[in-house]
Amino acid sequence: GYTTLPANRRRQELIIKSDGLAESVVAAACARVGQRVLHLDRKSYYAGSWASFTFNGLLSWIQEHTLHDWSNLLEDGEEMICLSNTNSAPFKTDKQTEEEQVEAFPSRPQVSWGDRGPHQLQKTCGLNILHCPITQAIQTEGEGPEPESGQPRPSAAPSQSEPVKKKISYAQLLKEGRRFNIDLVSKLMYSRGSLVDLLIKSNVSRYAEFKNVTRILTYRHGNVEQVPCSRADVFASRQLSVVEKRKLMRFLTSCLEETQEEQAFAGRPYLEFLRDQQLGDNLQHFLLHSIAMATEDTPTEEGLASTRHFLRCLGRYGNTPFLFPLYGLGEIPQCFCRMCAVFGGIYCLRHSVHSLLVHKDTNRCKAVIDSRGQRISCSHVVVEDGYVEAARKPTATPTRFLSRAVLITDGSVLSSESDQQVSLVTVPPSEAGGPSVRLVELCPSTMTCMPGTYLVHLTCQSVSSAYQDLSPVVTRMFRTPESHDQEGRPSVLWCLYFNMADGSAVEVEGHDLPSNVYVCSGPDGGLGHQHAIGQAEAIFHKILPEDEFCPPAPNPEDIIYDGETCTSPLGEEGEERGEEEGEGEGEGAGEEEGEGEGGEKEEKEQEEEEEEEEERDGEVQEKQSLKSEE
Amino acid sequence: QHGRVKIKSTAQQEEEKRKEREKKLKIYVAARDACFSKRREGVWDDEALQLTQQLLSSNPDFATLWNYRREILLHLETVREEDELQKIYEAELSFLESCLKMNPKSYGSWHHRGWVSARLPRPDWARELSLCDRCLSLDDRNFHCWDYRRMVVKMSGVPVDQELQFTDRLIGSNFSNYSSWHYRSTLLPLLHPESPEPPSPCRQPPQSSPPPSPQTHSHRVCEEQLLKEYELVQNAFFTDPNDQSAWFYYRWLLGRAEREEMISCVYVSREEERVVVAFSRPVNVIFTHGGCSVGLMLVLDGQPQRVEWRSVHPHFKHSPICDLPPGTISDITNEHNLTVHWTEKHTHRDCALYTGRNESWCRDSATDQELFRSELSVEKTSVLQSELQSCNQLQELEPLNKWCLLTIILLMRALDPLGYEKETLAHFQTLKEVDSMRSAYYSDLCSKFMIENTILKMEYAEVRVFSISDKKLTTLCHLDQLLLVTHINLSSNLLQRLPPQFAMLQCLEVLEADNNCIENLEGLYHLPKLEEVYLKNNKISKLADLQPLVSCPKLKHLDLRGNPITETTNIQSELAELLPSVTDLLL
Repeated sequence: GYTTLPANRRRQELIIKSDGLAESVVAAACARVGQRVLHLDRKSYYAGSWASFTFNGLLSWIQEHTLHDWSNLLEDGEEMICLSNTNSAPFKTDKQTEEEQVEAFPSRPQVSWGDRGPHQLQKTCGLNILHCPITQAIQTEGEGPEPESGQPRPSAAPSQSEPVKKKISYAQLLKEGRRFNIDLVSKLMYSRGSLVDLLIKSNVSRYAEFKNVTRILTYRHGNVEQVPCSRADVFASRQLSVVEKRKLMRFLTSCLEETQEEQAFAGRPYLEFLRDQQLGDNLQHFLLHSIAMATEDTPTEEGLASTRHFLRCLGRYGNTPFLFPLYGLGEIPQCFCRMCAVFGGIYCLRHSVHSLLVHKDTNRCKAVIDSRGQRISCSHVVVEDGYVEAARKPTATPTRFLSRAVLITDGSVLSSESDQQVSLVTVPPSEAGGPSVRLVELCPSTMTCMPGTYLVHLTCQSVSSAYQDLSPVVTRMFRTPESHDQEGRPSVLWCLYFNMADGSAVEVEGHDLPSNVYVCSGPDGGLGHQHAIGQAEAIFHKILPEDEFCPPAPNPEDIIYDGETCTSPLGEEGEERGEEEGEGEGEGAGEEEGEGEGGEKEEKEQEEEEEEEEERDGEVQEKQSLKSEE
Repeated sequence: QHGRVKIKSTAQQEEEKRKEREKKLKIYVAARDACFSKRREGVWDDEALQLTQQLLSSNPDFATLWNYRREILLHLETVREEDELQKIYEAELSFLESCLKMNPKSYGSWHHRGWVSARLPRPDWARELSLCDRCLSLDDRNFHCWDYRRMVVKMSGVPVDQELQFTDRLIGSNFSNYSSWHYRSTLLPLLHPESPEPPSPCRQPPQSSPPPSPQTHSHRVCEEQLLKEYELVQNAFFTDPNDQSAWFYYRWLLGRAEREEMISCVYVSREEERVVVAFSRPVNVIFTHGGCSVGLMLVLDGQPQRVEWRSVHPHFKHSPICDLPPGTISDITNEHNLTVHWTEKHTHRDCALYTGRNESWCRDSATDQELFRSELSVEKTSVLQSELQSCNQLQELEPLNKWCLLTIILLMRALDPLGYEKETLAHFQTLKEVDSMRSAYYSDLCSKFMIENTILKMEYAEVRVFSISDKKLTTLCHLDQLLLVTHINLSSNLLQRLPPQFAMLQCLEVLEADNNCIENLEGLYHLPKLEEVYLKNNKISKLADLQPLVSCPKLKHLDLRGNPITETTNIQSELAELLPSVTDLLL
């Protein structure tokens, strides 16, 4: 990407800040139908809160987000009051002109740190790490797997972790760190879900590869069991009697069609409906927790809808309804960015927007000023909720949070013939009212962890801090320094707990913002991607009500290249656009001057940029065309 | 609108594609013609290999080119060193792999691969097996691949247990697969053969002589493994009771061995000086003038007889019959011993005709042989009982599942055909309703079972009267078992014909078949003792339909009331002319 913007790109139709999934999809969809898209991200990596990190990358991310955690300096009886981040720019800047009003954005999502108390949750927004201990796994020396007197080591400061296991040490994790792709968000793709449909429809799927989730597991009576959900699973299941098999299959086939029976249960819990079907405890558990992924008070219509969605997704690509992208979920926003770039979108990382320039009469954003003081005019702006300061939000803080944990373990929660299983484990609440935990275990062949390890993501709705919500599950299912008597369970080599805002609790309407500024909520806690894709589609239709959302991208051979000398049509068109626009809309002369000035700076920095490794077609083409201009 | 990526229109694309296709066709036709002319000239060179490869990779179903290729390769075998050949054939295999990717169901490619694999100097069977596995994982019902795989397994001698695990795996991933189940049924008897010890006593024929065992034991599976298989297959049909592949395998598991071919009955009649032979299984006897080619030999009182075997009916060739030279056994004061040898099968059956007796027979009775316990084995009553229980359980859950109902019927028949008769009939009724497309099949099957039950009842009663009226019979079967019956009552059924097999009823004197739909009397053919025929209310409409009766010499009483034929003018006189022996004719 660029650090500064080429002169001819100072006029954009759409500016997108931050590149989460929804933002990337909007960017790709708009670029695809011919909008000029500028995509800015303050960060040095793609995908924002949806990013995937190498192990070392994640450590830096942790450091970045925990540097200010001085709570350990607190003494008894003291309380810490966090002051606003100095980068959170004041509301107005000096660049204010007569007719324009400037709104400033904090240059990064507001992050605040504090102790683990839930009261802190209420004050925060964006990404919020509450607990980040790096626990070393049980140290085993000599022969026996006997934990060293079973004593839990005190939670050490981050980065202070020690070499751990006899087989894989912390040093090895660091050394092989590049083999990890650790997602901040843990989701799976429903094989007939909105994301898969969109990837196929738009041809974006060509940029990524996927792996089937191979098993659905559940935690029950202290054991991890396989949930039979496909025909082949039911056939092979050893836990179910033949009669249960029949009942389950019958329920699964019959529930695809609506019956009168279910209407009688409308509004009543799904669990009651299941009980009424006389399925027995085993099947009830599987259907409620693992297939519908519902809780005991989910209403029947909702439970049936998710059961149906699960079933419709079965068998499209494999024995479970889910897919997982190789190299992690962070690939998906990148794929859409790539399509956006192919259709002329420009990417600038480490580049933030300082303020919006708003026309007072129309209440529309006319331009933005970036962190380097460039004015870039635009027709629309898309922004993640985290960039919007609290005062302009309909509700000051998100009302819900997600608790997340990331573990690196040395074995699968349920060993089987193949050690390359991708598993979704549903862990029902251990007590009534507690959160039900979703656990996704990735094997090395998903390209998210090094050989010999598994990457485990835990997610639940926050009841309290991530550590308090999730560590009991970790202790029960894995061998950790805190757990006792967990022979035969996989050991935790490394772990991380953090909280993040639940995007589904973020209101994207009703912000005190110009009408052409659209807000994305950031990742939600759901298993699928419906939330983000739905949001992206809604924003796209607001921007371009007449256009089709992500029509199939043409094959490269079907694109007409006019102009024989130029290698890329896109760059050339970009230039044309600049000219046309100048004439067509007759904007003020000041802007054109600005363009001229910027252009000179541009070229110098462009040269520096060239050393940077490029991956994206669009960018490469862009660079080539720019060079040919020189 | 500016700024949009310009895309070729569909017409443009079509045009480009059309040109592309034309170009390809030109190249293809040229290469094809070159191949044909080379083959005509008998050229077997590398260029020909190249050309055929080029053509076959775009069209692997061009059989002539594969043949040409084989000719070239055979030629190369005569001129090249072994190492070189190995390389050529290996290249051939990888070429074939690309052809299979093009069309995984190409007869030509698979056949050629089999040919190449067999000729490869140092074959790599492991590679071939893994190719098959990959192919089957993409399409587990590709029968070409199954065929090829069987050949590979045979050539490379893969252990049977490994192959059984292979079927485990395939069935585990998708049990709707006949090929896997069938393969399993061929492997199990090899891996877990039934123990060689003699079968349980109930299967032993009660007579000590002749001793041939009625059932063979080959191709059966030991009990321990059978129980495991029952469990496996139950999992399949409980999971999806509408999938027939599992039910078919289940039927195989429950099935009994085919009966050995042997002579099941020899009947001799003093009056007609006639011998009738019946076999345990349909034997296609080809009758020739100098005897019969099936290799039957009649020995009378130690003297081989020159007799002419013929069939009981020209259209039913499973039962030979012969007339002895006049006067051989006609003297009622003489005792005779007959033996029929079936030389081909090295088996025989004796029969003694005692003084003062007009007829005699020697046979395996249906009850002794437990002939009618459907196709299911009977040796493990307790096992069958528990199988019946689980099927009943399934039927409770799926009351309208036809496979389940049918299997229950079969199990009931295997266990106790007479005891379960009522339930069986009820299940047949349900079957006809839920699977109305096959209601005629179920009616026939039900008729068969009802006939079997009646035969059992008749044998228990030790009578020669067979009475099965008002049972909705649609077909007649097991007529060979009725060879000794003198009186048969088939009234008030749904029969449409008396089939050729009916001619087996060599002792029949009275036939009652009122109130049916009979329009064809084909089977009333050369029945030497038949005297009375009751055919009231049937559908006999033409004089020609009664033609077979001409061959029954003793026919005296004929009731044709209520048949269309009675409407014919002059029928009385015409019948009198056709059947002069009939004295009581009711029209």
